[in-house]
Amino acid sequence: MSWAGIKKKLRWLVYLATEAYNAPYRGAVARAKREQDDLFMLLIFSEMMGVPNPATYYTLELQPIMLEKFHEWHKRAGMEHSPLDDFRCC
Amino acid sequence: MPAIVPALIGITLIALGYFFYSKFIAEKIYQLDPEFETPAHALRDDVDFIPTNKFVLLGHHFTSVAGAAPIIGPAIAVIWGWLPAFIWVIGGTVFFAGVHDFGAVWASVRNEGRSIGSLTGDVVSHRARTLFMIVIFFLLMMVNAVFAVAISNAFVATPSSVIPAWSAIAVALVIGVLIYRMGVPILWPTIIGTIILYAVIWVGDAVPVALPETFMGLGAAPQWIIILFIYATIASLLPVWLLLQPRDFINGIQLIIGLALLFGAVFLANPEVVAPMYNTVVPDGTPPLLPLLFVTIACGALSGFHGLVASGTTSKQLDKDTDARFVGYLGSSGEGLLALVTIIAVSAGFASLGDWQAVYTDATSAGFPGTLGISTFVAGGSQIVSDGTPLSREFAQTLLAVMAVLFAGTTMDTGVRLQRYIVQEVGTTYKIPTLQNGYIATFVAVAFCLALAFGAGGRDGQGGMIIWPLFGTTNQLLAGLTLLVLSIMLVKLKRRYIFTLVPMVFVTLMALAAAVYQLWGLFYTDPNYFVGVIDVVIIIMAIFVLLESQSAFRRERSAVESSSEPSQADRLG
Repeated sequence: MSWAGIKKKLRWLVYLATEAYNAPYRGAVARAKREQDDLFMLLIFSEMMGVPNPATYYTLELQPIMLEKFHEWHKRAGMEHSPLDDFRCC
Repeated sequence: MPAIVPALIGITLIALGYFFYSKFIAEKIYQLDPEFETPAHALRDDVDFIPTNKFVLLGHHFTSVAGAAPIIGPAIAVIWGWLPAFIWVIGGTVFFAGVHDFGAVWASVRNEGRSIGSLTGDVVSHRARTLFMIVIFFLLMMVNAVFAVAISNAFVATPSSVIPAWSAIAVALVIGVLIYRMGVPILWPTIIGTIILYAVIWVGDAVPVALPETFMGLGAAPQWIIILFIYATIASLLPVWLLLQPRDFINGIQLIIGLALLFGAVFLANPEVVAPMYNTVVPDGTPPLLPLLFVTIACGALSGFHGLVASGTTSKQLDKDTDARFVGYLGSSGEGLLALVTIIAVSAGFASLGDWQAVYTDATSAGFPGTLGISTFVAGGSQIVSDGTPLSREFAQTLLAVMAVLFAGTTMDTGVRLQRYIVQEVGTTYKIPTLQNGYIATFVAVAFCLALAFGAGGRDGQGGMIIWPLFGTTNQLLAGLTLLVLSIMLVKLKRRYIFTLVPMVFVTLMALAAAVYQLWGLFYTDPNYFVGVIDVVIIIMAIFVLLESQSAFRRERSAVESSSEPSQADRLG
């Protein structure tokens, strides 16, 4: 077998091992990550819940970066559109 | 008889089962369709539902279902002779477990990837679904208690396994952090981690660890039980990526290495089977083979736990409908092979029939199944490994003990975590906020398991293995419920259901008979009212399973006969 063939086989093995590592726990890990993300999102947008948030001023500049995640979150939270008047999403 | 003979016959029969029987089931009964859009495609979210390579899924399914139970069960069951255990393991794998696991994947795939528990509510009845949840609760409670006892017995019998077994946790933690937090590719952490794991076995041999014989009135085994539950509490509260995920992965590698090593050693050493084919002089207090054999060996022949795995994660990741046969049937075949090699280890790993009898009589001197299990497997297996390979007997002993302990330990981690989820679910359903708290739910779950470990085993915790047959009984009841769901689905589809119904009726009747037999011992011969009450609950559950199946069958058959509309069948099929 050529060196390229061996490398291809090795890559296939590594792919199988990586998948075998991730496949059983993909859902559990993603859900745990989502929970953290939701908490983080709640912290950022806490004023909409009526909770004064001193961090708002400092986190405002994160909002453009968070736009996609914000969209996913409000969809997941059961809100069709952005719940904030001054922060439009879709 | 040379051990190579049952090994070859067993492997051949399991292979024939895969190539012919599973093909028949796939084509004629479950009627797999390569064009069917599986939930992994139809509901793809790249989290739970994601098409996955069938070899990866097989690896996942196999390593999830094969663990310590197919080692402990057959090691105990050889007390009746090796042939009954062999027949039940091979026959059970081919005609029961394969159809059950494969069927659970199929049923779930044909119903949007839903779990068997959820399907029970729709296909059978809401009562059956409640029954399913109670059976799972009992199953988890018993598996945690019994594995804690089995590990503690192994630590006491093989003190050299203590350091390697606990080191595996450190190795798993490091791998988890490297892969998840630091994004290191999987290859090197796995290779180095595995090498370290085996290197530490030498350290374990050099530094055996034994706990004090008594501490605060507790013997060494009960001390280990308490330590194990403290560990399981902490482990079940940690994020899955940190410990459970890498630990499962390492165990999968260990399982494959262990199986290859054991089968390789059997073929190279080819020892003589010294255990009797059918043991007519069983030690005093050994229950009759019928029906106890069929609950003593659950995992390895048929296990309801597999249905939870098959319909929990496997079905949501199945790329093609036709992969269900490869993953479901072959996964259970792998477990059958582990049970087969255990039977060979405990029946050919001793020098003579006298030695074999001495081991089985000593282990059961305080009652059945006594300390039979991991330590018996280690004693027999290590002799074969040291004869067939350059490894020393001591090293082989530690290696096999660590392997079995790690399997049982990982099941405990998962078991306590799942038990916590159930307690939290109860808290949510009945609006008890305290139980919804993760920490409190874990403590409640662990308290139940500890109570069982000590309630069954007394203050010294040593007799905890007494619940092994009850664990098998509960496991078979769960399998019976899954097979019931499959049978009723097949009735609705107007297909032959005999291939799932016969195993269902057989295991449920055996489970019921075993539970009734044990009732006598638990209340009269050697009273243990705590376990006796659990046995009564199991008997009630078994009767309910039979009643539910009878009423569901009547209902569905009359519905099918009176209606020719195919709509419901189409929906399910």
